[in-house]
Amino acid sequence: MNINTTKIISLLFFIFSAFYLYTAYQIQVFAFDENAPFNARTFPIYLGYAGLFFSGLKLILPDPDTIKVEHRTLEYKKTALLIVIAIIYGATILKVGYFLTTSLFLFASYYFLGERRWVLMFLLSFPFVAAFMYLLHGVLEIYLRDPFLKSIGVMG
Amino acid sequence: MTEGILIGLTTALSFQNIFMVMIGCFFGTIIGMLPGLGPMTAIALMIPITYGFDPATGLILMAGVYYGAVFGGSTSSILLNAPGVPGTVATSFDGYPMAQQGKAGKALAIAAWSSFAGGTLSAIYLLFMAPSLSKVSLSFRSPDYFALMILGLTAIAAFSSKGQFLKAMMMVVLGLMLASVGQDSLSDITRFTFDNMNLTDGISFVLVVMSTFAMSEALTIILKRNDPTAAAKQVSLTELGSIRINKEERGKMYRTIPRSSVIGFLIGVLPGAGATIASFLAYGMERNLVKDEEKEKFGKGSVNGLSAPETANNAACSGSFVPMLTLGIPGSGTTAVMLGALLGFGIQPGPRLYMTNPEIFWSVIMSMYIGMVILLILNLPLIPYIARILAVPKNYLIPLILFFSITGIYVMSFNNFDIYLMIGIAVVATFLRLYDFPMPPLILAFVLGGLMEENLRRSLLLSNGSWEFLWDRTLTVCILVTTILIVLWHIYKTFSKKKS
Repeated sequence: MNINTTKIISLLFFIFSAFYLYTAYQIQVFAFDENAPFNARTFPIYLGYAGLFFSGLKLILPDPDTIKVEHRTLEYKKTALLIVIAIIYGATILKVGYFLTTSLFLFASYYFLGERRWVLMFLLSFPFVAAFMYLLHGVLEIYLRDPFLKSIGVMG
Repeated sequence: MTEGILIGLTTALSFQNIFMVMIGCFFGTIIGMLPGLGPMTAIALMIPITYGFDPATGLILMAGVYYGAVFGGSTSSILLNAPGVPGTVATSFDGYPMAQQGKAGKALAIAAWSSFAGGTLSAIYLLFMAPSLSKVSLSFRSPDYFALMILGLTAIAAFSSKGQFLKAMMMVVLGLMLASVGQDSLSDITRFTFDNMNLTDGISFVLVVMSTFAMSEALTIILKRNDPTAAAKQVSLTELGSIRINKEERGKMYRTIPRSSVIGFLIGVLPGAGATIASFLAYGMERNLVKDEEKEKFGKGSVNGLSAPETANNAACSGSFVPMLTLGIPGSGTTAVMLGALLGFGIQPGPRLYMTNPEIFWSVIMSMYIGMVILLILNLPLIPYIARILAVPKNYLIPLILFFSITGIYVMSFNNFDIYLMIGIAVVATFLRLYDFPMPPLILAFVLGGLMEENLRRSLLLSNGSWEFLWDRTLTVCILVTTILIVLWHIYKTFSKKKS
């Protein structure tokens, strides 16, 4: 069997389906539902078997058109940095507030992607987010939670 | 029907809705022009904005983005041989050679008029077909719906998989698995939540769309070092040439447009097919129908060769609304996103939609006419300028996509967990994309998951746990036979390709 990344993904999916199936069998159903033709665990059980079937087939059958990815050409560093910034953004947005975290997230993202035009970076972060916030909160009346702006009295 | 049309017309012609069509078409055209960012991303990014509107306006905005994106995709196909969306690949076969001959303006004009005519004609077909199909679909029972969903999922897997049917089916199963997280709709028993309260209500549809499309597409662009805006920087405003179409060319278009619009619409109606297949079929059909001397010009800048796929891909967009509006089952990934958004508004599309919410049903159809006129105005004189706007550097475009994605989730739940979950799903989706695992089947399956389980539950309960319901009704059998035929055709195609 030719081992390639697609096969490894299929194997992972096979293991995931097996775990899903095991968890599906563990779903607690009401006693009167236990022998019913359909209960809360029926559909997930079918899905678990379907996952095992398709990933199993993918594992067994030959894969001549396998996708080859040149890992050396991929930009892992910048991608990882963006993901880390997004996680920090997600972690701070509730406590600090939408305006400040979003503006800083945008500014940092531009910087890490290689941008160095500071004025443009600033304009497309702080004023841009303020305008967008006005559109959402002021015009479309979509509530935006922002403790920071509230603390300085800008937002009600 | 007349009353419904009038209601729709009144709703669609309100200032707010006309403005939304304009915004949708403009935004869709821009995103559609960027290779790699398709209509699904454009619509996903628009979802947070639609929260502030009523459902009709929200759907009108999303519909505008959809056909705007398909329309915009043709511009990069013609000018740069870099199709913005898969549905415009066939446009580049004759559009790009025409542009290379110094007739880029003419090619853009032919594409714009063909798209306009294709979209308008198919909106007329939709006008007459949708109510009739709604009446027919009232006779559908749970087993038929269940079979229809199996057909839709199999078809989208077969058509979107690029020969990797098993990968697409794995994505279908993954989408259904994600949809099964949370409380069971009937018994309220929690499933796959692992005692995490954040998962009790299940995974939000917007979260899945944003992470598998908008966010993962942005990460893929960075990871692969692609620059979707690079192409736009090459567009020269001065070398487009005249946009006038002469009498002979118009004559050719008059013959091509009606037949291509019919084929485009019918393919669009089929679950899973859509604009890409429609445009290729229309191109192939046109090549077989024209005279031998015109046939020679195909691939070298033929008017028929450009007009046919452009008409068909726009007609397919309108066609794909038919199963969504009448059956409540989306025929494509893009309409699945719209269906999910409608469900978020508390609207259940289906056979009764045009009776219970006529303003939504008819205003979407009516807004298509307005959209086509706006697209024509946008595409003909403004396209070179819009193309220049696109020269926004990647360094700005990617953070803005991430920003819109995260904002979409933030305004929905004000919950850190959802943002982490979104980033997690986006990372997995980016990795899967690298190895050509298609995402549209996952979205369609995620949207249909709940409905599918519901219909299977009803069918099994009615038949006392027996699977006989699958062959009890002729309609169910017909749908399942079609599904089997699609699978067999796909297997045959795969083996014949390997042999050759």
